[in-house]
Amino acid sequence: MSYFSDIINGTKTLLTGMRITGKYFFVNLFTRKDVITRQYPDNIDTLKMFDRYRGEVIMLHNENNEHKCDACTLCEKACPNGSIEVIGDKKINPETGKNVRFLVKHIYHLEMCTMCGLCIEACPQNAIAWGQNYHNTAYDRSKLTKVLNKPGSKIVPGLKG
Amino acid sequence: MILNIFTDIHNKLLEHMSGGAAHITELILIAAAYLGIFAILGLLLVWLERRVAGFFQLRLGPNRVGPFGLFQTIADALKLVSKELTGTVKADSMLYRTAPYFVITTALMALSLIPFSHEIQAFDINIGVFFLISVSSVGVLGIFLAGWASNNKYSLIGGMRTGIQMISYELSVGMAIVTMTVLAGTLQISEIIEIQKDGWLIWKGHIPAIIAFMIFMIAGTAESNRTPFDLVEAESELGAGFHTEYSGMNFAYYFLAEFVNMFIIASVAVILFFGGWLSPFGITDTIPFAGLFWFTVKVIGVIFIFMWFRWTFPRFRIDQLLTLEWKYLLPVNMVNIVLMALIVWLGLTL
Ligand code: SF4
Ligand code: SF4
Repeated sequence: MSYFSDIINGTKTLLTGMRITGKYFFVNLFTRKDVITRQYPDNIDTLKMFDRYRGEVIMLHNENNEHKCDACTLCEKACPNGSIEVIGDKKINPETGKNVRFLVKHIYHLEMCTMCGLCIEACPQNAIAWGQNYHNTAYDRSKLTKVLNKPGSKIVPGLKG
Repeated sequence: MILNIFTDIHNKLLEHMSGGAAHITELILIAAAYLGIFAILGLLLVWLERRVAGFFQLRLGPNRVGPFGLFQTIADALKLVSKELTGTVKADSMLYRTAPYFVITTALMALSLIPFSHEIQAFDINIGVFFLISVSSVGVLGIFLAGWASNNKYSLIGGMRTGIQMISYELSVGMAIVTMTVLAGTLQISEIIEIQKDGWLIWKGHIPAIIAFMIFMIAGTAESNRTPFDLVEAESELGAGFHTEYSGMNFAYYFLAEFVNMFIIASVAVILFFGGWLSPFGITDTIPFAGLFWFTVKVIGVIFIFMWFRWTFPRFRIDQLLTLEWKYLLPVNMVNIVLMALIVWLGLTL
């Protein structure tokens, strides 16, 4: 008789479900072990974003304040909404005597960026990358326009030019 | 007749004023007290639900406002009070405005029957259980009218679903209660509790009582419109169902009434199956007001089971809802009544 076996099976599966959720409840009530809630801003000191997080575009600098950007402007061209402005200039390299391009300002408009990542993919030197900063709000729009190369920074010597 | 604090109040008042005036003052005082109980209960239960839901879903729930987030619901209520009451132009204005009060009034009337302890019960008539069933079925009208008067297709579908659901499950709740009154042999709530002094009814009635309890819990969940029986609101299909067009306090009335109804159903379960305010094995029966503690503990236990249901089971489809009631619960219930009658007749109760 499927009628009675239906009732018994139904009750059994319902109880199985309740056992699973019940376990979650009591474990979390007494130990808070599996709780996935992050209590921002209490945990501001320990909070770390995961690797894939796209906070903002940054330019990588090494410990000698050197970056890898040679102002090729490929990132500027790759950006679909013009969030990047690369300002470069040329000067004679005294050693080789060649006229080389160098970076003056890499201007990044965080307020327009859609975090699409096309600029990072386009960069042949891997000079720019994703930063993990998540405190991106500001009261003034102009604060969101950033110069990515640090003041006084130079290109890594020997990279190009 | 048991001596309870309500008769005490009556006697105190009689010392100061004439019979009629005392009577009216008494009514007003008790009504105000129960309105207070209604509000506090509703707010506390909403808080409890959110905390419990949090733990079920590996979250924390509200924990910022006050200790353990206890005042969160008060803050929310204040927000709702301050909100504008909007309505639709083509709504049936009179029905639309009065509908929430149906729900509250019936919830309050049912609340008056609940014995919180030996001393606290406002209204103890000899057909208590019967009165409770009849009053709680009027509450459906409020939901039904809200669905109809809002002039909104989602509300209307929600209201219609209420009709179907209530007509079906009222039957199961009623018959589960009848099963227990067969065993108790009385309809008066205070007497039902007196009878359980030497053993709770779920123990005395053993097999049929346990079946009745299971049916009551299932049908009770449906009666209070909670998941998995929340087709009436069904956020994912109907917006908010019957209260789509309600805002501010009018919405809050429905919200609170839903939780108070859950409390009432849990109390009925406690009264009929777990000995109401009686302590287990009579350990604290001599201490005054200890009943209040035991009653609260038991009711919260039953409410927890309702919440457990809610955060475990997915929502029914309307055909599954009707199949469950008419093909499973109702026949089982009928057999169960006969079984209970046989057991009482043959003296097989424990
Ligand atoms: S992430 Fe996309 S939008 Fe943002 S600067 Fe790079 S290319 Fe432009
Ligand atoms: S960041 Fe990369 S792509 Fe952009 S200008 Fe510099 S080197 Fe070229």
